[in-house]
Amino acid sequence: MHARADTAASWPEEIFSILQRFEVRQVPYVPDAGHSELIERVLGSSAMRGIALTTEEEGVALLAGAWAGGQRGVLLMQSSGVGNCINMLSLVQIFRLPFLTLVTMRGEWGEFNPWQVPMGSNTQGILELSGIKVLRASHPGEVREVVEAGAAQAYNACTPTAVLLSQRLIGAKVFTK
Amino acid sequence: MSKANLLDRRAVVFELLRDRKGAFAIGGLGASTYDIAAAGDHDRNFYLWGGMGGAVMIGLGLALAQPTLPVVVITGDGEMLMGMGSLATVGLQQPKNLSIIVLDNEAYGETGGQTSHTGGTADLVGVAKACGIGDSRAISTMAEVEAFASSLQDVTAGPRFASAKIDGANLERVLSSRDGTYIVNRIRGSIGHTPI
Repeated sequence: MHARADTAASWPEEIFSILQRFEVRQVPYVPDAGHSELIERVLGSSAMRGIALTTEEEGVALLAGAWAGGQRGVLLMQSSGVGNCINMLSLVQIFRLPFLTLVTMRGEWGEFNPWQVPMGSNTQGILELSGIKVLRASHPGEVREVVEAGAAQAYNACTPTAVLLSQRLIGAKVFTK
Repeated sequence: MSKANLLDRRAVVFELLRDRKGAFAIGGLGASTYDIAAAGDHDRNFYLWGGMGGAVMIGLGLALAQPTLPVVVITGDGEMLMGMGSLATVGLQQPKNLSIIVLDNEAYGETGGQTSHTGGTADLVGVAKACGIGDSRAISTMAEVEAFASSLQDVTAGPRFASAKIDGANLERVLSSRDGTYIVNRIRGSIGHTPI
């Protein structure tokens, strides 16, 4: 269940526009409910290629190849996926990649499932220890400027950046029988 | 411990890259990178010294970005086993210009020659085929290597996958550059991209 902001464009739509503006071409992802609207927009776009992964670290390596081939990309994943990426994040520093990832958060803000909490609690720390700058958006009204800033510093300054999309923003997953 | 009738890894890679034209070559960490270096340094050599399991995905990202140029991933069985899911991802994307070849010595040569899963029950050609890479073959002769080398120039008929059983002998290391930024920017420069 995801709350929608009462604005002209939904925040996933705003993210999609930013990715278009920065000429992002490759969008690797491991599905997450919080990213579902953005993934649909990407898969329906002729300018971007959505690439389903079996595990998130594949996306880090894919973006290294894309950059070598002259294309920008963004990795869409859930907080638990950050843990899967750790060794592969070496490539971000080694190649000085213009790396951008958008991470939907679990394990915080009203979480029902305790299994999400250990990784969700360490997501920001792991990213920072891996040399990645972390920004966070918690309210629909700030998503656009935070993602814009993240994309600008990643692509213009080759400053690896993760934008955490809070569970407060996407809405805690509701488990019902 | 060498078995009879196994291919020489340096001869295989030399043949793959002998008439490479504009092809990009990605080498998995360890001996495959040394093999590519031994075949001759090139602007479009993508040497890996880490990121184990990522070689095929780097090849996929490059292949999707440059669909008119051949991309060949040359890696070992251990590196391929670690990134086996990437074969499913390639199967889904069907990049026509991507070729993957595993130099399979059934061992982790870089770390003391411990037996890998391909020396036991795992069949990487079967895995690739089952992941949707229709052109997946086992290679056991230099004639088959030559055929694979010329097929990788065809950027309309991939993806393709091959596994060549090679001699397990540890050869002298031929060290490539290990400066990742230099390696990537050199590749980017070769296709007309200037530094930021």
